[in-house]
Amino acid sequence: MRGDFIDNLPKIYGLYTGGFLVFVALMAILEKLGVTADIIGILFVSFTVFIYAGIGWLSRTMQVDAYYVAGRQVPPVFNGMATAADWMSGASFVAMAGGIYMGGHAYLAFVVGWTGGYVLVAALMAPYLRKFGCYTVPDFIGTRYGGNLARFLAVVVLVVASFTYVTAQINATGTIASRALQIPFEVGVWFGLLGILLCSMLGGMRAVTWTQVAQYIVLIIAYLVPVFWMSNKQGFGLIPQFVYGDAVARLGELETLHQVGILKPAEAVAGLKALTVPHAAAGSSWIDSWRFVTLVLCMMAGTASLPHILMRYFTTPSVRAARQSVAWSLFFIFLLYFTAPALATFTKLQVLDPNLATGIIGKAIAEVNALEWIQKWSNVGFVKIIDSNGDGLLQINEFFMRGDIVVLATPEIAGLPYVISGLVAAGGMAAAMSTADGLLLAIANALSHDLFYKIINPQADTRARLIAARILLLGVGAAGAFVASLKLTTILGAVAWAFDFACSGLFFPIVLGIWWKRANTAGAIAGMAGGFIAGTWYLYMVQWGGMTPWIGIDHLRFGIIGMPVSLVAMVVVSLMTPEPDAETQAMVDEIRIPKGETVLASSH
Amino acid sequence: MTTDRSMQEVHWAKTKSLMIRTLIIWFVFAFLVHWFADSLNGSEIFGFPLGFYMAAQGSLIAFVVLIFWFVRAQNKIDVECGMSEED
Repeated sequence: MRGDFIDNLPKIYGLYTGGFLVFVALMAILEKLGVTADIIGILFVSFTVFIYAGIGWLSRTMQVDAYYVAGRQVPPVFNGMATAADWMSGASFVAMAGGIYMGGHAYLAFVVGWTGGYVLVAALMAPYLRKFGCYTVPDFIGTRYGGNLARFLAVVVLVVASFTYVTAQINATGTIASRALQIPFEVGVWFGLLGILLCSMLGGMRAVTWTQVAQYIVLIIAYLVPVFWMSNKQGFGLIPQFVYGDAVARLGELETLHQVGILKPAEAVAGLKALTVPHAAAGSSWIDSWRFVTLVLCMMAGTASLPHILMRYFTTPSVRAARQSVAWSLFFIFLLYFTAPALATFTKLQVLDPNLATGIIGKAIAEVNALEWIQKWSNVGFVKIIDSNGDGLLQINEFFMRGDIVVLATPEIAGLPYVISGLVAAGGMAAAMSTADGLLLAIANALSHDLFYKIINPQADTRARLIAARILLLGVGAAGAFVASLKLTTILGAVAWAFDFACSGLFFPIVLGIWWKRANTAGAIAGMAGGFIAGTWYLYMVQWGGMTPWIGIDHLRFGIIGMPVSLVAMVVVSLMTPEPDAETQAMVDEIRIPKGETVLASSH
Repeated sequence: MTTDRSMQEVHWAKTKSLMIRTLIIWFVFAFLVHWFADSLNGSEIFGFPLGFYMAAQGSLIAFVVLIFWFVRAQNKIDVECGMSEED
């Protein structure tokens, strides 16, 4: 039966995709029949969440290897899709295009960093960790270096990095659920959590894998459709990603016309921004280049150290499949990431171009205020128009908005039918839910497998372990939702921090554990503790301690401080203490070749 | 056993060399081109300013191609050295 399921995957997900498209068509028909936009939004979000929960229920299991690593039978292409959904969070889906819209070239560092990191994953990490046969990342650290302290430190870094990240995701599910279902944000957060837990509680990694594949399909359709639609409507051509060069050039002309960057906003609006940065131009001083590449480095090294990503490659049937699966992951991620700048460009053009019906800059303010999308987003405080110079016309520095809304509002800005807005809301929900699931599972698995089973109670039987795993999942999820309901940071700030925490504490201990036989326990402990403490200290000083950032290394880039400290501490301490025993060195030799048994037994 | 041992050493040497070549290409597209984004913006490709294009699309395409090439090359090394999985 299970073998059948794996063999039939293309057919099953093909049918699922077809079914989803039929559902979208049905919604379009309902819209034509006069069903209100609100009801279509509710149907989109609740129907998709219901499907994910169904998949979660069908994947329930009481086996350890199914719960922790999906039984190690996920084929590379499907694991690639699941990883892509795991990876692309609410931030990628909702906030990235908005970030490019507001920040232009400088912001593209995230796009480069969040794709190039996979080269590191493929070349340095994933195949070797798969050969190792671990259930979690601390499982690798704990076995490779030996001793509970190393394992414990890895758990600490994992929990801090992933928890920072997961609150942002639960926040995003809450935002989308509250808007689509018309419920208060605080209720939306708990509704989002309920959906997330339905996908992961019963079946662990197995359930999360198959829901993530389903979520990837929804999110990629939802992201691509509006861009293709706008591009074809504006006459830029069929495949927008390859031809928006003209749109970029046109934006350059419009920026001169509207005096972008010359007209500064006369007042500040909390949380909102007026456009002041040119779209394509890069800064000309070395500090701009420095800021770009440091952000790229932190995001890449963070990608290669984030446990919820690495653990996806533990689920493939072989080392070779793990490697191929990294390549497919990047391909599926690429589809969205190379679309984001196109989306930002087209949306900006819609707003700025006075020749388009949708253009608002340069129009009479009374006319702009009458637009439906302006009213709707003004009501929730995400858009604000202030006629600073009192001329009754809207200048570029008089239009304030929150970058995060670009993706969600684009269908309305471009005047697309409401069914597209509903689709985009469902896509955003899928993106945030799938990442939250992966993160919650990474945290709960590390706590249940590494802390509870390996450190506290090695005698625990299978049943006790799996029950503990589920209780922890529930506890961590509730804690995440509680923190999210406090609204401490914007979506993106917290996401970048997770990458910096992960690369400060885990990058070198993992890489050197594979590539440097001489690395030993004391070195790994020094590397994890040193990097993590240095990075955290720097973040604290820059963000709350009032310290001036050193050469442009702000709170988004604190990994630049943590990583070198981690590397130096690890190498120096390793060389000062005796080399690892012969058994450990043989183990390292063993993980370097795909052939043979995994180091840890398939069920441990 | 001894031949197996030496094959394992050959395998690791080839694997390391592939890793280094991969990371050099990675370095060029991850950091080098973006350091000179402003000067590159002086040229044009497919109607885009080149520096912008590399960050928005060019580097991404390079990463995808690089990673698929790497996977093929590493598989080849594994098979040649008799270190691949049996199945």
